[in-house]
Amino acid sequence: MSGLFYFSSASGNTARFVARLGLPAARIPMRGDEMPRPTGPFVLICPTFADGQGRSAVPKPVIRFLNDPERRAHLRGVIATGNRNFGATFALAGRVISEKCGVPVLYRLELAGTDTDLARTRAGLAVFWGTECLTMA
Amino acid sequence: MKDMTPKTVLKAINWNRIQDDKDLEVWNRLTVNFWLPEKVPLSNDVQSWATLTPAERELTIRVFTGLTLLDTIQNTVGAPSLMPDAQTPHEEAVLSNISFMEAVHARSYSSIFSTLCSTPEVDAAFRWSEENPHLQAKAQTIVDKYRAGEDPNKRKIASVFLESFLFYSGFYLPMYWSSRAKLTNTADLIRLIIRDEAVHGYYIGYKYQRAVERLPQAEQDALKDFAFSLMFDLYDIEAKYTEELYDGIGLTEDVKKFLHYNANKALMNLGYEALFPPQVSEVNPAILAALSPDSENHDFFSGSGSSYVIGKAVATEDEDWDF
Repeated sequence: MSGLFYFSSASGNTARFVARLGLPAARIPMRGDEMPRPTGPFVLICPTFADGQGRSAVPKPVIRFLNDPERRAHLRGVIATGNRNFGATFALAGRVISEKCGVPVLYRLELAGTDTDLARTRAGLAVFWGTECLTMA
Repeated sequence: MKDMTPKTVLKAINWNRIQDDKDLEVWNRLTVNFWLPEKVPLSNDVQSWATLTPAERELTIRVFTGLTLLDTIQNTVGAPSLMPDAQTPHEEAVLSNISFMEAVHARSYSSIFSTLCSTPEVDAAFRWSEENPHLQAKAQTIVDKYRAGEDPNKRKIASVFLESFLFYSGFYLPMYWSSRAKLTNTADLIRLIIRDEAVHGYYIGYKYQRAVERLPQAEQDALKDFAFSLMFDLYDIEAKYTEELYDGIGLTEDVKKFLHYNANKALMNLGYEALFPPQVSEVNPAILAALSPDSENHDFFSGSGSSYVIGKAVATEDEDWDF
């Protein structure tokens, strides 16, 4: 099983989702230079803050985190959180990161997620890391 | 002697000294998202409107007067009632934006009416909105919580429930019409309203969480009990309102799932867990697609990503990310 990294703003939706997920995960801090450093393959869980035109979808700390080739090299996939009420920009951060970093959007969920989202994410990650191991072998 | 009386210092707002980053973030989001109903070509829906049956038209106008009432309350009572409780001057400024946008929303429904409907039909629906016991009951329940002297945190709970829950029995209908390729321009306008309400519910819910985390545990528990109990009361009213509106068109059960789904999201905005279990909260996919059209629907874990294509890797620089 490999790593999870996540960002959550002060409203805490993504943090609550990760807490209920019950898997080890490291938080990308809101500010400061102390960014966690993944040592192996990881999945990123990231909220969306896009405006009506889709600008600024990815939070700045996540951009700082990913603006490092070493970290990016370990990124395998992204899970995006958001709110369908934002229409076309729902969970847009997932798509932006996917296109920038060449990794798949594994899942999208709203706010702090439902029980269904938790079950799908746990099962999905288990299968994904299984597949990943096979591919690497 | 007059000069000796102590005066409260009146303070000018300084946006270059921010106490809470969320204030600036939400201010920027709301101002960038500003819109007016004139930018939506509602008249393109005139032909589509003519294809609705008289009962469907009456339902639609009633639903929109119900939404107008909630927007009116939030504009004139709800958002202003939150201002004295603001923790920062910037929060007050954001609330004034929220208040004004609610006025824009309320005004938009009248634009829809003047474009599509006859004056007698609209007048009848406004009378209906004053006489319908369920609509009046939900509005009154919220307004009671907005009264001066009520707990500021309870005001925030009521406000989040209005923004993130009570609108949705109404929002369902234009999303339903849009999923059947009817009144699609009207749906575009409603989606702008939905987008604004999402930011409002998120922001007020965030301020609620910040205020509540400072309270002793017993008070936190009492507020949570209050929130869930208010949600139950409002849900009872909403269920009756939904039945009265949608039984005739056979959509009540579908609308109720949408209510459950939105009630859960309203509770999440307050930092709480979902109330309604997944089985009763699974919204008709056509309605979800109408809510977020053009948002790609493929992902790995749902097994729906038959045509998934991984984007090409590109060098990442701060400038690329457009902020």
